[in-house]
Amino acid sequence: MSAINYSEKIPNNVNLSEDRTLQRALEQWQPNFIHWWDDVGPEASTDMDVYLRTAVSVDPQGWAQFGHVKMRDYRWGIFLNPGDANRTIHFGEHKGEKAWTDVPGEHRANLRRIIVTQGDTEPASVEQQRHLGLTAPSNYDLRNLFQVNVEEGRHLWAMVYLLHKHFGRDGREEAEALLERRSGDANNPRILGAFNEETPDWLSFFMFTYFTDRDGKYQLCALAESAFDPLARTTKFMLTEEAHHMFVGESGISRIIQRTAQMMNELKTDDAGKLRAAGVIDLPTIQRYVNFHFSVTIDLFGSDESSNAATFYSSGLKGRFEEGKRTDDHVLKGLTYTVLHVQDGKLVEKEVPMLNALNEVLRDDYIRDSVAGVERWNRVLDKAGIPFRLKVPHKAFHRNIGALAGVKVAPDGRVVSDTEWQARVDEWLPSAQDRAFVGSLMGRVVEPGKFAHWIAPPVVGINRQPVDFEYVRFN
Amino acid sequence: MSAAPRVEYQTEPSNYRHWKLRFDGPVATLAADFDENAGLRPGYKLKLNSYDLGVDIELNDAVNRIRFEHPEVRTVVVTSLKDKVFCSGANIFMLGVSSHAWKVNFCKFTNETRNGLEDSSQYSGLKFLAAVNGACAGGGYELALSCDEIILVDDRASAVSLPEVPLLGVLPGTGGLTRVTDKRHVRHDLADIFCTTTEGVRGQKAKDWRLVDDIAKPGVFAQTVAKRAQELAAQSDRPAGAAGVALTPLQRTLEADALRYGHVTVEIDRQRRTAVLTVKGPAGAQPQTIEAIVAAGAQWWPLQMARELDDAILQMRTNETEIGTWLLKTKGDAAAVLAMDATLLAHAKHWFVRETVGFLRRTLSRLDVSSRSLFALIETDSCFAGTLLEVALACDRSYHLALPDDAARAPKITVAETNFGLYPMATGQSRLGRRFYDEQPALEAVRARAGQPLDADAAFALGLVTSNPDDIDWDDEVRIAVEERVAMSPDALTGMEANLRFNGKETMSTRIFGRLTAWQNWIFQRPNAVGEKGALKVYGKGDRAAFDWNRV
Repeated sequence: MSAINYSEKIPNNVNLSEDRTLQRALEQWQPNFIHWWDDVGPEASTDMDVYLRTAVSVDPQGWAQFGHVKMRDYRWGIFLNPGDANRTIHFGEHKGEKAWTDVPGEHRANLRRIIVTQGDTEPASVEQQRHLGLTAPSNYDLRNLFQVNVEEGRHLWAMVYLLHKHFGRDGREEAEALLERRSGDANNPRILGAFNEETPDWLSFFMFTYFTDRDGKYQLCALAESAFDPLARTTKFMLTEEAHHMFVGESGISRIIQRTAQMMNELKTDDAGKLRAAGVIDLPTIQRYVNFHFSVTIDLFGSDESSNAATFYSSGLKGRFEEGKRTDDHVLKGLTYTVLHVQDGKLVEKEVPMLNALNEVLRDDYIRDSVAGVERWNRVLDKAGIPFRLKVPHKAFHRNIGALAGVKVAPDGRVVSDTEWQARVDEWLPSAQDRAFVGSLMGRVVEPGKFAHWIAPPVVGINRQPVDFEYVRFN
Repeated sequence: MSAAPRVEYQTEPSNYRHWKLRFDGPVATLAADFDENAGLRPGYKLKLNSYDLGVDIELNDAVNRIRFEHPEVRTVVVTSLKDKVFCSGANIFMLGVSSHAWKVNFCKFTNETRNGLEDSSQYSGLKFLAAVNGACAGGGYELALSCDEIILVDDRASAVSLPEVPLLGVLPGTGGLTRVTDKRHVRHDLADIFCTTTEGVRGQKAKDWRLVDDIAKPGVFAQTVAKRAQELAAQSDRPAGAAGVALTPLQRTLEADALRYGHVTVEIDRQRRTAVLTVKGPAGAQPQTIEAIVAAGAQWWPLQMARELDDAILQMRTNETEIGTWLLKTKGDAAAVLAMDATLLAHAKHWFVRETVGFLRRTLSRLDVSSRSLFALIETDSCFAGTLLEVALACDRSYHLALPDDAARAPKITVAETNFGLYPMATGQSRLGRRFYDEQPALEAVRARAGQPLDADAAFALGLVTSNPDDIDWDDEVRIAVEERVAMSPDALTGMEANLRFNGKETMSTRIFGRLTAWQNWIFQRPNAVGEKGALKVYGKGDRAAFDWNRV
């Protein structure tokens, strides 16, 4: 009957081999997923054997098994963190009630929307990154890219599982649509704007995995609190993988900075032109990339005052980051939160109901976390004796959502005139020349142990393998 | 009277905050770009192209300007300049902070404006094409429904929806339910799903279910709309080369207790809670040729009078809610009114005359649906003839003064051809037809006296007036009738009057108004919508609605 040997081909802890609902849905969807992977997954990667981490179970031994595999044969699995049958809802109007194992009809539309929006970002980033393999700075980095790609694929599976399992025909249609939208296709775009932008070079890729995948982390953390238990459990497991993506970003930028700092010391210069001529990325350019990716990413948290955010929280669909560790009443009625808006040409704070400001609460949590990583980059500079410091721009800088949308604000938080913005935008955001320069550095280095000139090697390899291990074999 | 500032219905494109008008030959584009900081009242922001009364006042003005100032326009494309949002409907926070009276008046006006689009399509060949280029929810979809056709962008995200029931615990207030069935013939069970699904329906399914006429991918959306706009334009007989007639600002004086226009006066008696609304007939030489009529433009009596009467009705409805009884009078020469009627009919096919008749038709229709007791007082020196007789025929009652001893000064009414169908009500009937239930003997008897001035007794005998008191009885009879009327429950009167006025067959328009009155206004009052925990009250605050589960 079935063409799929479920437990072998699709590692899972959701009893797939006995779940006819899921089997029927996946029989249709799985071939379409492979078709999608072949179509818009990593370019020219079909024959490569990649040293990948595969999750075959959720216990500490099982979630990270390493071995060389062809990516289209990757065992995308379906995993939920172990459940707690007595779990209760710990925030919102249902606080104290038993967590839901099925979708309450009342919240169907909102839950579906949350899951589809999250799910849509997963294949989107694979599409955005599909050409990067052609310009990888090393065999090691190529492998990391592919690891990120297959895990985004698995995260898509995780969301599709929820749609298939809990949303009936509607869910199946939405799962299909996740494979039909295409990043950057004006006729058929991905849902969120940032996921229709290109990831044209590896500096962008590292920035994306540092900043934008961290948005993913915060969204997943908020969903991991959900009253809808399957969503909470699946996102918790996804978080274990998301950490690697952010590691790729943070260490990637760190290695670029290290290389630049080394060259600055060798040439005894901080002149951008000379450094560029020497084939490394000058720090002001890195700062502009930080400004761009940070500002675009914090837009993803949504409007600073949002009725959806209030509804999602009160109805128990989406909590705050580390909801369980917070000490307030977890209902939040009557509490306020400070948001920014522009009045008479100045940024001013105003108090709004906290329930409506939960996007801003999550954004501020995210910002604190992002800043910490940037400080770790600065330690690389410090160690090299370079006085330059990177910093994230003011949160009102370059925003396109909410009360700050379209307001012209400098990275230091000053509201500026249109004239000043126009005159200085190339100091603040990557210019076409910056992008062209970074693009010009991109060339393919895949010989094990070799690295592109503009990036330092990592200190250690993956899974205790040496740095010059053949992570990707070309056949 | 409320302490809030007077709501002003007069505006012009240079003052628009919400709509952008663009003209390109036979196609006009009316683009929604609502200024979220320009709500009519404080307390809410017009986010995501959500609207309030102020937005609709501009829409009404814009459509009138297309009708009169741009006769070359045959298709109006209604679209949005916002990214990913067409229109998200009436602003929920505005509804949440508004009084019941405000909400009802708002819904009534928005209904009239949307019905006006269909009226212009039916009578004037002005076609409307909704180019839905983003999310289209609630009142946004209802606006699209009132257009001749709807094209939805197929970007896998944009949906049409009527989320009022599942999200807000109310009904779509501007004909959404009625047009989905009566106009678009969406199967009732599919409509049931559609109207209870917050996220709405998008893409091919929206077309399959008849919620939209066509879908188009973003890349071809603009050209699909442009092509269809031209095809619709080809069905229209609006003139290509004609110069428009500017709708110049109304000349009026607004006083604390009076509104004074050139041909219309409203005088308020706050003590009695009545207003006397007087329409003056044409005076002096009137243009006869079409050239002279166009040259007179907005100062041509029928158009100027209609615009003034329209503004007066809107002002009184919105700003004077306690003035529950309107006493309607006319003043002037009946022969001049009849001569003007003859001119209207002689040039009925000319676009400007056709538009003017349309303005009169819609204004008289506004009178029909006004929730005020309407009494016509037919006195000496009045001119209730032809077009102006419609004002009396629209009333709940008419009192016609009899002067048995002074035949010359006795006020008379005159029925004319224009009373037999030029100004149909929302029911599609003439007011005479409504009056006599389209019974031929009564109508024939009236028709036999057409053109003849009828005194009170003759009019009474034909059933054209309610009462014919003589000069000895007049003052007391009228006074007592009015005093009795103003003492009754305004709610009961509103309901009763609407029942009796719309006594004939139902049409889509009457169903839209009737269902709004009967259902929506009931739901709007119920705790499930507007109680402390009502769905409309808690929307957007993160509170959950608490319903009284008893079915009523």
